[in-house]
Amino acid sequence: MLKNRHIQGWLQASPLTLILIGFLILPIITIVVVSFWQATEFSIIPAFSLENYQFLFGSPVTYKVFFATFKYALITWAMTLAIGFTVAYYLAFHIRSQTMQIALFLLCTIPFWTSNIIRMISWIPFLGRNGIANSALQSWGIIDQPLEWLLYSDFSVILAFVHLYTLFMVVPIFNTMTRIDHSLIEAARDNGASGFQTLIHVIFPLTKPGIMIGTIFVLTLVMGDFITVRFMSGSQKANVGRLISNDIALLQYPSAAATAVILLITVLIVIGILLRFVDIRKEL
Amino acid sequence: MEKRTKSFYVLTAFFALFILFLYGPTLTIGILSFQGPEGGLTFPMRGVSLNWFRELYMEQAVGDIWGAFRRSLVLGLMVMVTTVTVSVMGGFAFRKRFYGSGILFYLIIASLVIPSILISLGVGLIFNQFGLKIHWATSGFGSQLTWTLPFGLLIMFAVFNRFDKSFEEAARDQGASPWQTVRYVVLPIIAPSLIGVALFGFTLSYDEFARTLLTSGSYNTLPLEIFGMTTNVTTPVIYALGTLTTLFSLLIIGAFLLTVWIMGKRRARFGSDAGKGV
Repeated sequence: MLKNRHIQGWLQASPLTLILIGFLILPIITIVVVSFWQATEFSIIPAFSLENYQFLFGSPVTYKVFFATFKYALITWAMTLAIGFTVAYYLAFHIRSQTMQIALFLLCTIPFWTSNIIRMISWIPFLGRNGIANSALQSWGIIDQPLEWLLYSDFSVILAFVHLYTLFMVVPIFNTMTRIDHSLIEAARDNGASGFQTLIHVIFPLTKPGIMIGTIFVLTLVMGDFITVRFMSGSQKANVGRLISNDIALLQYPSAAATAVILLITVLIVIGILLRFVDIRKEL
Repeated sequence: MEKRTKSFYVLTAFFALFILFLYGPTLTIGILSFQGPEGGLTFPMRGVSLNWFRELYMEQAVGDIWGAFRRSLVLGLMVMVTTVTVSVMGGFAFRKRFYGSGILFYLIIASLVIPSILISLGVGLIFNQFGLKIHWATSGFGSQLTWTLPFGLLIMFAVFNRFDKSFEEAARDQGASPWQTVRYVVLPIIAPSLIGVALFGFTLSYDEFARTLLTSGSYNTLPLEIFGMTTNVTTPVIYALGTLTTLFSLLIIGAFLLTVWIMGKRRARFGSDAGKGV
């Protein structure tokens, strides 16, 4: 019977396992292998060499680009956390009817099921030189000249990140908040805690697992991104993802693979640290 | 009922602004897609017309978007069916611990957090090395599953964590075979969540960009086609396309949510009154 259970488990999980082996593990192994290969302008040569890594670590561009990646990740994280926590708190503790709660929650999640590319494109009429933001600011007399840094800048990149990914904070934080025992909050109030004190000393600590899961989502999405940075910066800014995609466009696969390996290691270290603070299996 | 505090109104205003932030830009391009024939990518509107929607039907203006749409639709359905099937099976597997289930769980998480471009690059390299032809229905399909399956499985884990096992025990006590228990007891109970998994499977595939970028071969899916347009199309035709595909997404989401809602209603109507003291 004991053996049976393990065989049955693996049989049921076999399609999943096969897909993950074929399209997750094998691709990563291939990338690691290819990262040690050499490349000429026209072909890749399967011969062991460290030159991709030597070049990567020897180039000041690498450090600049990794720094930019962390910068985007940290700023986006702080903003999505602040907005996401507030929205989740509002939905979980200020909306009293459950139907309303579900309706508003869905309102927050629907954009997640629509196209990211379209959602990025839709910022153009807002942020462009003659866009809504500039026209409004000019007509109110706040600025004389259109602001040039609204579109195709760090500002627009981070704005798009926050726009696309705040959802990934709202959902897990809301999920954890709805499971907080309301008698704890009553107890805090009975003991004389103000609303703000309850928020800081009771709700916030109990919400930490949700915050961690949201953090994992946002950090990995931003760190692995290349398309948002490319589109929203008009190709003027770079992060690690763009470094990889530029190499791919030039058919420099070994060099792209080496950068990808370093990016993967970086992301895994970040996740590894975050997973120490939360047991995902318990939070589902 | 307790009186509303001041913070309620402040937070309501914040929430309203957040919703405006989420939907405002999409609504803007919705309006601008009705731009007159002389109009540009920003306000003011120079007349109102359907000109840009008409242009979507002219191949020379936009390329093969309808072919791309058909491919995305088929691929979305393929990914949806596979995601639901594989997630349900995986969900059942994880109800009991088995050798290596912990490792498999972390692989699922890894699949979720790995930068998309690595999947795209890796799968592309494998297909090249083995001389296989890259195609949206093979390499593209597999790559997208690495993104949709984790969502499907996480939903299934959440569902089975809350599943009341006494239903199964009752069925077994009444002589149901294991298969009958699954077919007539477990599956109907988890059905609404399966609709949710299907929604994730379809929409995430339909909108996926990074994982299909290097794995779709010579025929583009719709998001790839749209991204291609952003570099060479400078007219509101791209807004018209964006509006149409967003409307299509909303239609799909609406259909899925409606199904879940109707299921809930039926269940409430036909459900047992046991324990309600009627």
